[in-house]
Amino acid sequence: MPDTFLDSTELVINMGPQHPSTHGVLRVILKLDGEKVTGTECVIGYLHRGVEKIGENRTYVQFVPYVDRMDYVASVSNGLGFCLAIEKLLSVEVPPRAQVVRVILTELNRIASHLIWLGTHCLDIGAITPLFYVMREREEILNIYEKYCGARLTTHAFRIGGLEYELYDGFEQEVEAACDFIAPKIDEYERLLTGNRIWVGRLKGIGVLNAEDCKQYGVTGPMLRAAGVKWDLRKAQPYSGYEQYEFEIPTGENGDTYDRYLVRIEEMRQSIRIIRQAVERIPTGPIMGKAPKVIKPPVGEVYVSIEAPKGELGYFVVSDGSTQPYRVRVRPPSFINLQALDKMARGSLVADLVAIIGTIDIVLGEVDR
Amino acid sequence: MADVPNPQAKPAPPPKAPAVMAATPWESALTGMLKEQFAAQIAEFATYLGQNFLVAQPEAVVPILEFLKLEADFDYLVDVTAVDYPKRPERFDLVYILYSFARNERIRIKTRIPDGYKPQTAVGVHLTANWLEREVFDMFGIEFAGHPDMRRILMPEEWEGHPLRKDRSITDMDNRWVKENLGIESGQ
Repeated sequence: MPDTFLDSTELVINMGPQHPSTHGVLRVILKLDGEKVTGTECVIGYLHRGVEKIGENRTYVQFVPYVDRMDYVASVSNGLGFCLAIEKLLSVEVPPRAQVVRVILTELNRIASHLIWLGTHCLDIGAITPLFYVMREREEILNIYEKYCGARLTTHAFRIGGLEYELYDGFEQEVEAACDFIAPKIDEYERLLTGNRIWVGRLKGIGVLNAEDCKQYGVTGPMLRAAGVKWDLRKAQPYSGYEQYEFEIPTGENGDTYDRYLVRIEEMRQSIRIIRQAVERIPTGPIMGKAPKVIKPPVGEVYVSIEAPKGELGYFVVSDGSTQPYRVRVRPPSFINLQALDKMARGSLVADLVAIIGTIDIVLGEVDR
Repeated sequence: MADVPNPQAKPAPPPKAPAVMAATPWESALTGMLKEQFAAQIAEFATYLGQNFLVAQPEAVVPILEFLKLEADFDYLVDVTAVDYPKRPERFDLVYILYSFARNERIRIKTRIPDGYKPQTAVGVHLTANWLEREVFDMFGIEFAGHPDMRRILMPEEWEGHPLRKDRSITDMDNRWVKENLGIESGQ
């Protein structure tokens, strides 16, 4: 008889899709042994809108705004990747002025995306204050977007071949002012969090993913770098003139949640560094390349990827010579990084699961497309 | 009457751009290695816009992935996807995109499979293939043999039809599912 008292059965509970810590509509089925997670299964697709099917039924130009709606906190990066893919299919050269502006807007977007990640990650762990701070800083960036292209989130900032809009007067000063405003704030976050006992206690050694696991699971972006792999597409296969800027690729050592936090914080500083260099050297000249009025790429296929805030964002586009893509495949970093959740969560405590979901930095709009 | 040519017909349109991809052959030390190992199983090595790809027999794909991973450091499977050509006897193009951190090089492996063919899963070589192959199954109905968890991933499990097949219109949906689960006649 005594055994029955200590007997434990596996408990299966459901988390989400309506849960404040799943960053949208992610449903995770948890298998628990007491407080310990013995297995997870992600149920996704609640936000599936069929972006790839829509792509086949729109012209190249019409499809550009749709990609903004995938990762809606980093819409500028999404647009850049798709425009680069079509420019490659068309063999169109983007003028230098447009390239520099693209770099500025994309790096601002990386900061905005990381800020949102930081705020929500803190919120998951129980620190409410940073969310308000990061929203304040992000506002500066969104104001620049709003002034530049009229939209704050789903910006549709770039066009195939270059840019639609010329810079507004005072753009450079405003970008520099935003950098000056945000840079000390990042130090402030670090003072608040980096040495904070609760923060360190909740993050150190949680959700470890080493370099070998990252490669096995195809995990990219800050998660891969936190595992010590110095790999960033902006350096490995530069696009939009990233080779002209000086910046470091921050890496971690342990591949845990804490290292990923440090890597993203440092990435924001490096982005500011890139923006400051770019603002000083915006060349004069046209902002639109020699893209045809009707975009009809020759028959062919191309895979182009960029370093989005979340990792490698790729577009595989097949053209059949008509005005509509024959196939658009999006390689979403969030979707593929999320697959490693099970590996990271096994053996951890339920309470740490929200930290692990937060550290992947998923946007469900991109996971489900 | 209909067969009489109309003298006022418009002149023939100018010749169109070629209807096939203008790829050029690709040769390197790597292709030499692959040729030696797989011989006739690889039909073509080509480059288009500076991007290298090879076309292989479907049953050779997983051995090639494994060979490239072990012998040539292609240790990161970037993506697995498919393209549907309904008029072709081998209906689908399966596309595997690989990257090597050590070489900083990307290649694509393509293979053509008919409808109903079950390609071997790549999960044994790259774990990331798990969800990617599930998505290909979900969207195109290509089942992978030996896959540990061959279920839909984005669409509801009881959904019928595979949305990214070309014979599905963008407005097509599983009306029965929509009616039963959402209580409306149609989602459109």
